Order: sequence, then C-alpha cells, then structure tokens
Amino acid sequence: MSLDLSVSSDLLLVLLPELVLTAWAMVLLLFVAWRHHTVRDLRIAGWLTLAALLSTAVAAWWLWYNLAQPAGLPAMLAIDDFRWVTDWLFLGCAALTALISFKYLEREALLAPEYYILLIFATLGMMLMSGGEDLMVIFLGLELMSVAVYVLAGFDRTSPRSAEAALKYFLLGAFASGFLLYGIALIYGATGTTNLTLIGIQVGLGGTGVMLYAGVALLLVGFAFKAAAVPFHMWAPDVYDGAPTPVTAFMATGVKAAAFAALFRVLTEAFAHAAAWQEIVWWLAVVTMVGGNVLALAQRSFKRMLAYSSVAHAGYLLVAVASGKSTGTAAFIVYLVAYTLMTVGAFAVLAAKGRRGESDVLIDDFAGLATRRPWLAFALAVCMLSLLGFPGTAGFIGKWYILIAATGAGQNLLAAILVLASVVSAGYYLPVIMAMYMKPESSDQAHGDVRLGRLGEVAVAAAVVALLVFGVWPNRLLELAKTAGESVHAPAAPAAPRTPPGN
Amino acid sequence: MYARWVLTALLAWPLVAAAVVLFLPAPRAKYVALFATLVEFALSVPLWWEFAPAGGMQFLADYAWIAPWGIRYTVGVDGISLFMVLLTTFLMPLSVLGSWSYITKQEPGFYALLLVLTTGMIGVFVALDLFLFYVMWEVMLIPMYFIIGVWGGENRLYAAIKFFIYTMFGSLLMLVAILVLYLHVGQATGTYSFAYSHILANLHNLDNSLSWWLFGAFFLAFAIKVPMFPFHTWLPDAHVEAPTAGSVILAGILLKMGTYGFLRFALPFFPTVALSGTVQVVIVTLSLIGIIYGGLVAMVQPDFKKLIAYSSVAHLGFVMLGIWALTLQSVQGALLVMINHGISTGALFFLVGMIYERRHSRLIEAYGGIARVVPLFAAILTIVSLSSIGLPGTNGFVGEFLILLGAFRTYPVATAVATTGVIIAAAYLLWALQRVLFNPLDKHENEKLTDLTPRELVVLIPLLVSILWIGVYPKPFLTRMEPAARQLIEQVHPK
Repeated sequence: MSLDLSVSSDLLLVLLPELVLTAWAMVLLLFVAWRHHTVRDLRIAGWLTLAALLSTAVAAWWLWYNLAQPAGLPAMLAIDDFRWVTDWLFLGCAALTALISFKYLEREALLAPEYYILLIFATLGMMLMSGGEDLMVIFLGLELMSVAVYVLAGFDRTSPRSAEAALKYFLLGAFASGFLLYGIALIYGATGTTNLTLIGIQVGLGGTGVMLYAGVALLLVGFAFKAAAVPFHMWAPDVYDGAPTPVTAFMATGVKAAAFAALFRVLTEAFAHAAAWQEIVWWLAVVTMVGGNVLALAQRSFKRMLAYSSVAHAGYLLVAVASGKSTGTAAFIVYLVAYTLMTVGAFAVLAAKGRRGESDVLIDDFAGLATRRPWLAFALAVCMLSLLGFPGTAGFIGKWYILIAATGAGQNLLAAILVLASVVSAGYYLPVIMAMYMKPESSDQAHGDVRLGRLGEVAVAAAVVALLVFGVWPNRLLELAKTAGESVHAPAAPAAPRTPPGN
Repeated sequence: MYARWVLTALLAWPLVAAAVVLFLPAPRAKYVALFATLVEFALSVPLWWEFAPAGGMQFLADYAWIAPWGIRYTVGVDGISLFMVLLTTFLMPLSVLGSWSYITKQEPGFYALLLVLTTGMIGVFVALDLFLFYVMWEVMLIPMYFIIGVWGGENRLYAAIKFFIYTMFGSLLMLVAILVLYLHVGQATGTYSFAYSHILANLHNLDNSLSWWLFGAFFLAFAIKVPMFPFHTWLPDAHVEAPTAGSVILAGILLKMGTYGFLRFALPFFPTVALSGTVQVVIVTLSLIGIIYGGLVAMVQPDFKKLIAYSSVAHLGFVMLGIWALTLQSVQGALLVMINHGISTGALFFLVGMIYERRHSRLIEAYGGIARVVPLFAAILTIVSLSSIGLPGTNGFVGEFLILLGAFRTYPVATAVATTGVIIAAAYLLWALQRVLFNPLDKHENEKLTDLTPRELVVLIPLLVSILWIGVYPKPFLTRMEPAARQLIEQVHPK
C-alpha cells in the first residue's frame, strides 16, 4: 500500500495510530470532566486507557500488515517498520505502566484520573518523535511528551519530593529543549531545510560546515539529556527518586526509548555522511557506561540504584548508536524490548513494596522476601539477572545483539568496555538477589503488606515470562527488529534532485 | 538411536526433575533428587561402551536454534569430553547422598539447584556451538552462586559474590572474543555461524595481533576457572564456605571446565599464540608457581577444607603443565588427572564434610587421635589421601607420572621442579593425617565421635573403587583418550 502524504486521505491513514490515540484521549477528557472523584472512576479511566493503547497498537499493526510504503516527495512523517515497531514499544511501556498504576494510585490516594490522560499524551508525543521525518515534528513530539511527563513527575501533589522532582525536571528539561531547538535552527541555517531526508542529501553532497556540526552537537546534547546520558544525567536520580514509582518506570523506559528512537532516526537519515558525531557518541557511551555503573554501585536505596542503573543502560544503548549501521538500530530495538520488560518488572515490585515515597526502600529491605513471597522474589531475581545481562534472559540477547553490532562495526574496544561495565553492574544487581534469598527477614512483618494488586501481578508475570521466552527463543523478535532496523537508512543517492521541503 | 538422543536427554532430564523437585514437600525432595541423578547416571553409562575411541566427535545432535544469528543447538562428545560427562553424572548421585543430612533448610530448592547445575555442567562439556557453550558456561554460575550463598558457612555471602564476579569477569571478555571470531570467520567465508567446527576450520588467516588479544580473552576466562595462580583467590573462599556437595562439585567438575576450555578452544583456535615462547614461559611458570605455592600454602592451613582447596591449585597446576607440554603422555596424563582430582578431592571433601557434621569444626587442631574412635573413617581418609599424593597403585600416581614423563621431553627443567610438588603434597597431607588421625586423643569431645554410617559408606565406596581401578588398570581410560589427544597435538603442532 503506497501512501502519498500530499494526498489528504493518505495523510489521515498515515496518522491513523496517532489519530486513534488522540480520539481516545478526548473521550477520556470528557469522561474525566464529569467523573473524577471515586476509586471506581479511576478504575474505569484505567481500563479505558488500556483499551486506547490496545486499539492504537491494532491501528499500527494494520498499517504494518498492509505494508504501508511512502510515495512521492519526502514528507513530515515516516512510513516504515521502525515507526510501527517503536510505536508498539511505547504503547507497551504505557500499558505496563497503566497496569502497575491501578493499585498504586488507589493506595497512595492519588484519585485523579487525569493521570491516565497525561500518560496517553506522553505516549502520543513519543510516537510522533519516532515517526517524525522532520525535525519540527520530532521537536513537537518531544515537547508533547515532556510537558505531560513534567506533570506526571509531580503528580503526588502532597509530597514535597514529587514536587521537587517535577520542578527540577521541568527547569532542566526546558533548558535541554532550548538546546535542541537551537540545534535545529543551526541545522536549518546550514541546509535550508528541517526535513531529515533532504538534510541527508545535502550532507551527502558535502554541504557541511561549522554551523552544521554545531547544530548536530546541540542536537546531541538535547537528546542526551532526555536519555539521561552522562554528563547530562544530573537530573535523573533526583527526578526518578521523587516521582511516583509507576511514573519513574515510565520515564526510565518510555521517555528514554523515545529519545533514542528519535536520535537513531536523525543520525542515520540526516547525518549518516557526517561521521563526526560518531566520535562524540563513542565518548558519551563510555562515560555513561562507566559513570552510571560506578555511581549505581554506591547506592543503598533501591530506587536510586535503579535510577543510576538506567543511566548505565543508556550507555549500552549509546554503544548501539555508536556502531551506526542498521544492525545498531536493530540491536537498539531488541535491547529496548528487554530493557522495558525488566525495568518495569523491577519498578513494579518496588511499587508494591514501598509506602509514601519509595526512596526509603533500601536494598537490604528486601531481605528474606524469598521465604515470604517466593514468586515475587523470583520475578525480581529474573529482572535483576536480565538487567545484568545473564544468559537465558532477554537482557542477554539484547546485550549480545549490541555487542554484535559493535564488533561488526569494528568497535572492539567499545565492546570490551561494555562487558567490563557489566561486570561492575553485578556488584549492585546481585546484592538484591542476595538480600532476597540469603539474608533473614528483619522482622516477621517485614513483607506482610507487599501488595501488587491483580493487574500488577499480571504485568509482572507477563514481563517475566516474556523475558524468559525472549531469552531462549528470540527468533521472531530478532527478525522484526532486523527489518525495522533496515527500514531506517540514509537517503540512497546523493545525486537526487534538490527539491524544496515537501510541506 | 541411543546415540542421537542421549546427550539431549542428559541435558533435559535434570531440568525436568528440578522442576518436579522444587514443588515437592521437603522430606521427599532428596529421594526424588537421588532417583533423578541415578537415572541420569544410568543414561550416561552406555556412553562408555558405545563410544568408539577413533571416531572423533560422537553422539552428535544438531538442530537450528536462533537462526537469524546462525546459532544452532549442536552437541557431541569426543575422547576429551566423554570422561568429563561421565565424571559429572557419577559425582551427582554421590553429592545428593552426601548432602542427605548436611542440608537441613529449604531442601527442595537445594536439590533443584543441584539438578540445574548438572545440566549446566554437562552442557559446557558437550556444547559444540560457541553460543551454546557460553550460555551453559554462565548458566551453571547461578545454581552454584545460590548453593554457596544460601547453604554455605558463616562467610558465605562474601564467598558467593566473589565467586560470581571473578567468573563473570573472565567469561564476559571471552564473550567478546567469541563474537569477534564469529564475525571474522563470517566475513572470511560468508557463512555466519557459531559452530565449533566451522570456526575451527576457517581460522587460518587470523590477523596476528588480533589472535593475541583473542587468546588473551579466552586465557583469562579459563585461567580464572582453573584456577591458575594468581587468579586463584576466589577458590579457597568458595570451597570453604560451600556446603559439602558444593565443594565436591566445585573441585570435581567446575575447575575442570577451565582446563577443558584450554583443550577444546584456546589451544586449537590459536596454536601459534599458544606455542609462542612468551605464552609457553608464562603458562609453565604459572603452573609451577601453582604447584609449589599451592602446596606450600596448603601445608600451613589450619582449616582442613582450605588445605584441600589449595591442594587443588597444585593439582591443576600439574594439569596445565601436562596440557602445554603437548606430548601424548602428558596430555593423556592431564586428562587422567582431571578425572582423578575429581574423584580423590571429591572424596576428601566428602570426608571432611562427614566429620564436620559430627564435630562442627573444620580446624585440624580440633581433632587428634581419632583413628582409635572412628577407624573406618581413618582408613578411608588415609587411602584417599594417599591417592591424592600419588602413591603407586592409586589413580593419582598414574596421572601425575604420565604428566611428568611426557612433560620431561618438552620442559625438562620445569618438570624437575614440578616433581618436588609431589613431595610437598606428601608433606602437607601426611602431616595433616598425623594431626587429625594419629596424635594422642587429647580432646574429650572427640571421644564420642561415631564412625561412618552405611549411607556414608555408600557414598565413599564407589569413589574408593574408582581410585583403585584407575590406579591398577587405567588402560580402558587411556585407550579412549588416545585418539583425541593425538588429534589435539596434531592440530596444534602440525609436523
């Protein structure tokens, strides 16, 4: 099915997933305008959200199944497998977050169904970020996502910590958006366009200069901030720590995934021929892996440990970026699937364990969980081993793919640094397992009130089963990631006609 | 028929049994685990007859697994791995029986982990796909980590994490090396595959400096596992803290994975590097340090279990010397010592565990003169110690003698030095025997010790029989090893 974006009916089809999700957001807004007081309203809103995410995924699936292809001039939106696959990923993140939020919101008395609407808008922003074929669309998506997540981070209004997190995230995030926008402006100045394909053609023709490189550097800063890469990670621990736990899970997975997805698209489509960024990304990857892992090692609070560990994982993903090529993009997708599952799983257990600000949950507070709640301990152990990249789990397959991408691009040193950094990470993932299985409970009632809720259990069980299945039998996922990775590529012939932006 | 499914069955059966055992009520778990390991052993016994010494890789099974990366499930055994598989299946029922009264908490979990560990260990020895090998290599870490960490001694948490991180550090670098090999061979031949035979056949145009790096990565992984001096520091901690069955398996099988890795991967893949002057000097020196230093440190240990742990460092030093000498006798001797060490050291750990259960002390000075109280125990401990020293007529003699005989042609001076290791072994073990068994019976706690029970005898007698069998009639072992050893030498050392 060929879709020409200058034809409005085709444009509507291309936007189908986003339109479906927006329509649901409107329905929810109307619903919330009348019903927003009771636990029951909250639950209905949650179920509606799940329905919204599911129908959006079906819409994306429909386009994927009908082999939607772009036709005509380069346009504002991409139509490729990368977009559909990342859409599913974002929708999956949002769905898992929604599932673990049901119980959490009730327990913490956050009876405001607007939570789910913000979640939907953030997801919409992410979808635009990975689907944008134009820097302006990507920026709009980024802002839509960010504004929603700023509010989500401060959603626990009565907690000063949550408010601090929101404010910190907002101020620094606005700053980063400024960088990004200025970078876009410089790139526009250098190439005369904001369309990725057209920029790619310009760059391929050698139309580069200091202004372009400055633009790329600022762009990298903007994305590195959203992805929490060292040295732009300063906000992450405090914000992750202060935000309500399900929101933290969403930030650590969805927001990071979206930033990386956009980064992959921009770098491969627009700047494949301007290789200077590769060195920057190489160093970013190294300092992020080393910094994230070493800082995580020093944490005693489980939530802060996970926050720094997510910084470390951003480093692993940057290795995939640094290796370039379609293998790197495919590796990124596989890794993100694994990373999302294991991170949400870990945060879900934390959300069940914690009360009023989970930053008080120390790693040692899990002592003896295995005797009291064996299945929960098993789930968390699988997530920890997967984060560590242990064979038999999806985390290993993801890491393996990144290593293949890195060594395939001749980055043997980077691969070696990655595995050494993972050894360090054993120093903070294993103590969690050790506490659960090898230390005695601090008191009889230590784990008496750990409640996930039925839906939370479903989310954790699904995540753990998926982690194990993908760890042993990843074939289908690998094929999907491969086609998605290959669908993002640099414009083929630099000699293509130089047309003005197709908008 | 048997040939096609046996290895797969050996890998799958313990996992199935583990899943069952995990959900059994505690008192029944060990019976089912014993049954499962006995079945496993019974399954593996026909390998001994069905194996054709000159047949190269046998009992092959090969199925597609992760096709997009060219990963296959390929398993098979040859004269090197056959004995490791049999040793594993032989030691497992004994380990279950040896834990009968030692393990008192969370029994289902313990026995389930032992069974999972069985799969992991057999998997390492039979894997003929580098991905599969790596997965198995790592997978057996987790059960061991838990066995040490949950059921170990007072300092178990430290020992468990040290064991885990040491091993993981080495193996992850090996992972990168495997990937580089995969891509290198893939680019050279156009076929991207992790198959052992494919990689081995297409390695000849490897860049020189690259092969040094790759060898280094493999070396580190295997040297930590062996363990060679100076990578051995995890071993005493892990051995001492582990429960009896854990120590037996650690010494009996896990250490052999390192030497097996050298034989299977590091030597055949990188013969020019392995036989370059520098590497020879380094390996032979480290082996000698292991033999001498391990023996001397063993001599001054107050803790019997630690003494045995350091004696392992010395024994494995012999194995490494035998492997690197690369003569037929020395390689056969190395393979034999790998088996012997599993049997004799396993038996020693069982014996220490048994006396520990009675007296709750591993310190040598806590005993003295107990030969009069527990004569059966004393007799068996003496026989096993003598086999560990290498007394003629026991298995220890055959293996170490072959190594020294073979290695003398390649490294005469080093072999002469290594011979003193045998004397040191006699010194530390006989001295320990004297202090435990024979000095005056001056502690009255020891007066009421009970002698070995029938169950404990059932654990020890198979080990004693193998000690004497290999000591008197090692021929069936040597004939089955010979073609594989010869092939290895020809591969590394083309004449």
